[in-house]
Amino acid sequence: MANIISDETIEYVGILAKLALSDEEKEQAKKDMGRMLDYIDQLGELDTSGVEPMSHVFPVENVFREDVVVNGDGSSETLCNAPEEKDNMFVVPRTI
Amino acid sequence: MDLLSYSAVELAAAIRAGEATAVQAMEAVLSKIDEKEEQINAYVTLDREAALKAAQKTQKKIEAGELTGALAGVPVAVKDNLCTKGMRTTCASKMLGNFIPTFSAQAVINLEQAGAVIIGKTNMDEFAMGSTTETSAYGETKNPYDFNHVPGGSSGGSAAAVAAGECFFALGSDTGGSIRQPASFCGVVGLKPTYGTVSRYGLVAYGSSLDQIGPLTKNVPDCAAVLEVLATQDAKDSTSIRREDTDFTSALTADVTGLRIGIPKDYFGEGLDAEVKEAVLAAAKALAEAGAVVEEFDLSLVKYAIPTYYTIAAAEASSNLERFDGVKYGFRATEFDGLHNLYKKTRSEGFGAEVKRRIMLGSFVLSSGYYDAYYLKALKVKAMIKQAFDDAFARYDLILGPVAPTTAPRLGESLSDPLKMYLGDIYTISVNLAGLPAISVPCGKDKAGLPIGVQLIADRFAEKTLLRAAYTYETLRGAFALCTDPCRGNMPLRRRTGRAASIEDTRFGD
Amino acid sequence: MSNTKQYETVIGLEVHVELATKTKIFCGCSTEFGGASNTHTCPVCTGMPGTLPVLNKQVVEYALAVGLATNCAITQHCKFDRKNYFYPDNPQNYQISQLYLPICRNGFVEIETAAGKKRVGIHEIHMEEDAGKLVHDEWEDCSLVDYNRSGVPLIEIVSEPDMRSAEEVIAYLEKLRMTIQYLGASDCKLNEGSMRADVNLSVREVGAEAFGTRTEMKNLNSFRAITHAIENERERQIELLESGQQVIQETRRWDDNKEYSYAMRSKEDAQDYRYFPDPDLTPVFISDAWLDAVRKSLPEFREEKMARYREEFDIPEYDIGILTDTKHMADLFEDTVAICNQPKKVSNWLMGETLRLLKENGMDAQDIRFSPANLAKLIALVDSKAININVAKDVFAVMFDKDVDPEKYVEEKGLKTVNDEGALRRTIEEVIAANPQSVEDYRNGKEKAIGFLVGQTMKAMKGKADPALVNRILKELL
Repeated sequence: MANIISDETIEYVGILAKLALSDEEKEQAKKDMGRMLDYIDQLGELDTSGVEPMSHVFPVENVFREDVVVNGDGSSETLCNAPEEKDNMFVVPRTI
Repeated sequence: MDLLSYSAVELAAAIRAGEATAVQAMEAVLSKIDEKEEQINAYVTLDREAALKAAQKTQKKIEAGELTGALAGVPVAVKDNLCTKGMRTTCASKMLGNFIPTFSAQAVINLEQAGAVIIGKTNMDEFAMGSTTETSAYGETKNPYDFNHVPGGSSGGSAAAVAAGECFFALGSDTGGSIRQPASFCGVVGLKPTYGTVSRYGLVAYGSSLDQIGPLTKNVPDCAAVLEVLATQDAKDSTSIRREDTDFTSALTADVTGLRIGIPKDYFGEGLDAEVKEAVLAAAKALAEAGAVVEEFDLSLVKYAIPTYYTIAAAEASSNLERFDGVKYGFRATEFDGLHNLYKKTRSEGFGAEVKRRIMLGSFVLSSGYYDAYYLKALKVKAMIKQAFDDAFARYDLILGPVAPTTAPRLGESLSDPLKMYLGDIYTISVNLAGLPAISVPCGKDKAGLPIGVQLIADRFAEKTLLRAAYTYETLRGAFALCTDPCRGNMPLRRRTGRAASIEDTRFGD
Repeated sequence: MSNTKQYETVIGLEVHVELATKTKIFCGCSTEFGGASNTHTCPVCTGMPGTLPVLNKQVVEYALAVGLATNCAITQHCKFDRKNYFYPDNPQNYQISQLYLPICRNGFVEIETAAGKKRVGIHEIHMEEDAGKLVHDEWEDCSLVDYNRSGVPLIEIVSEPDMRSAEEVIAYLEKLRMTIQYLGASDCKLNEGSMRADVNLSVREVGAEAFGTRTEMKNLNSFRAITHAIENERERQIELLESGQQVIQETRRWDDNKEYSYAMRSKEDAQDYRYFPDPDLTPVFISDAWLDAVRKSLPEFREEKMARYREEFDIPEYDIGILTDTKHMADLFEDTVAICNQPKKVSNWLMGETLRLLKENGMDAQDIRFSPANLAKLIALVDSKAININVAKDVFAVMFDKDVDPEKYVEEKGLKTVNDEGALRRTIEEVIAANPQSVEDYRNGKEKAIGFLVGQTMKAMKGKADPALVNRILKELL
């Protein structure tokens, strides 16, 4: 396996992705990610110099909205699925 | 009168003519569900009373002349990653186990305006990540043809529901083959439209640049009729495209004379099951005999589609799924210590293994130092793959090939080796990368009786060509058994028998 | 403490400006300030599953205008990227912004300080969405999230590290604010958060080529806070260097009450935003024609306006400076002059009473309510001697408050000057008769005594007399 994923990398990606993996999951993730990256490394065989990266498959441009208010009070719908709510706001652990 | 033997279009006509009612249709579907659902598990959410009530309401409107849409009164099953206002939408994840959307997906709204009546929400791979419907948090769906096999995925619940008569048609979504592959495994028709044809508004995103919503139906005419209803430009989706040519049912003529069909040699190489190969080539032969010009060609870059796809889809998914954090909706861990611990616990407990695997991969390929090597590289290869298809469509009207290398695998066989599962997407994935329309039509069964699908791929916006060829083939083939009626003819017309066909000894166009 | 070395401060700014659109950047929710929690929200700006953004065209128009006004090159093919980070004020846990192809690049503004004129480079301007607001609960150990501001359009103006002092920073910010206010693209109020500045600061020895390690300072809500934070951070960094320590590259938060900053660090903040092009938004193509149209619609900016005023109007340089300080004031001046053609008098009203009342009420020029037409009418009333200047000031105060029509108001309240000379004469005769001592004084050469008599007459007339006329008749009778 060409790609060896270190504990640090898994730890770091876990912070980015906000996933806490158990030790067992970490070992599995190291293996899975290594294999996938080996596989993805095949793309290196292709000469892509001069090729423009394509994020949109069709050249659609300038899709705009006009600056007109169309929405009214959305608070009850916004909050109706909230796991925890107070004073019409979402509750989270203290941030400061 | 066995309503369940009707196609969606036939049922709508019968209801329009007063020969049947929306309520009878719903009752028929519900009784089939009562009979089969315990084994198949096609639905995640089903409210019998609400479905019946909706059917009654629709019937009244039909009788009052208020509802004259093409699908008026027809019961439909909706994949559980499409938002339905007031109806639980889980994406087959624990993360959204209690999520009730406050709006409906535009595709669902279009169906309702055309008079279709929602039965419930179908099972799928969690957040559409998977090819077997086994990654669902609500149990796997089983293939109606054989309960020991998977229905395919990720739209496995939708495909199984159509095949088992648990609905008249269904909606699915296709990011790398998630409509076509389960359609193939369950012996139904499934179409992935040109990117931008159906609004993605209300589809819980997996890989935004690849996702398209499409129909799973009993036959090609139903597929055309449903697509006609779905395909509208939507101001809420910036990537939705204005099209004038959405009268798809007008393309249903059994005529392929002079149609140029290319068969990529690369699709028939190592890894393709012999029985699948034989059935697919037989379908090609049938079209050739009906007047199509069929020839083999080299479609380059085929093996690069999977790594390209998994890089792009995982990257987009890692970002799209960041919003599931236990703050605004859905699952929230019960015990946590501070903000970041809330995030981590919620997401670790709320997501299943496959989803976490793809989020990890996606976060990695976008992370500092790897973006150019992985993500940007994949976007460049994507451009090259698109170019390869553009070159092919300069010569051919359609590309024909298998949908999947095998028929439906046994339950539990795929999950143990994710990479192997990913390889199963080889024939469907590049279509999403290039934004093209493609359809899966049943073309036979293997010795075990599991269905095989043939895939037709058209150039962008050429759904009409696709539907015309699919319809022609379906007419040539004759009725294909939905598993509700195992005794009806299940052999494709003109199918070669006796030995496995090989691409080398099948000659086309002469 | 005296340092062994001489240090130079190097400052670059990241300025966020909330654009004056009616709706948010990607949905049709109102951007109005205030409003009960989460009332200006919809599925899009709260990150509901399945929702998609659609770009507000006006955001691009404003960003273009600011870019052109700050001499930027416009990226005619620009697009949006996702900036991924988890924080509760950011409902999708990614912010839609621009990294790879920002709409404007390589601009500059010219500033003037005591040290003279100087150019401050603009590295780039990009469009992005604002975050929601976090309220920290007073009683419980939790924070509350309000998404009313989530999705309000912002532009972020990133300067080059071209500033060397707090004075230059303030001059730069004032220049930006003036320019953007002239464009009508934002009201740029620091105290309400519609203009926010993050300060990137490093120090280096005078003469050094390389930059020192910089820190980024956040939460600066006034020019005063910015000035103090810059001085404080400069000293902190120099002290570190002088004591042989190193400056750590970090984000710090300014506490304006305690007048010090602290590092906002957490091991959970990886600062790796995994930017990638947002697949839900299509690229923006700004054609030459579009660019020309925006260029043509740019207003006359302050320098050009001042030059024109010098040519066209015979008013003092000081007045010109004040009148052109905001576009609103300049518009008011020009519109009123267009009606009455009396630049000096219009300027006097704006420089005098208007500024006085603005200050008294803690208002900005853009809060002025009275119309040019009414100010012109008031000037005409004084010119025609229909009211005297003291009455006019009282009427103006009402006008300032409620934009009343001064003609109607004077009529209704009976404030017109009495021009009946016969009646005035009779009143003056009475005043003379009642104040023999003052008459005596005046006749004995005490010129001042006449002032008292004028005052008595005005009092008897309830102010509605022309003081000049009173003076003339008095002198005549005496």
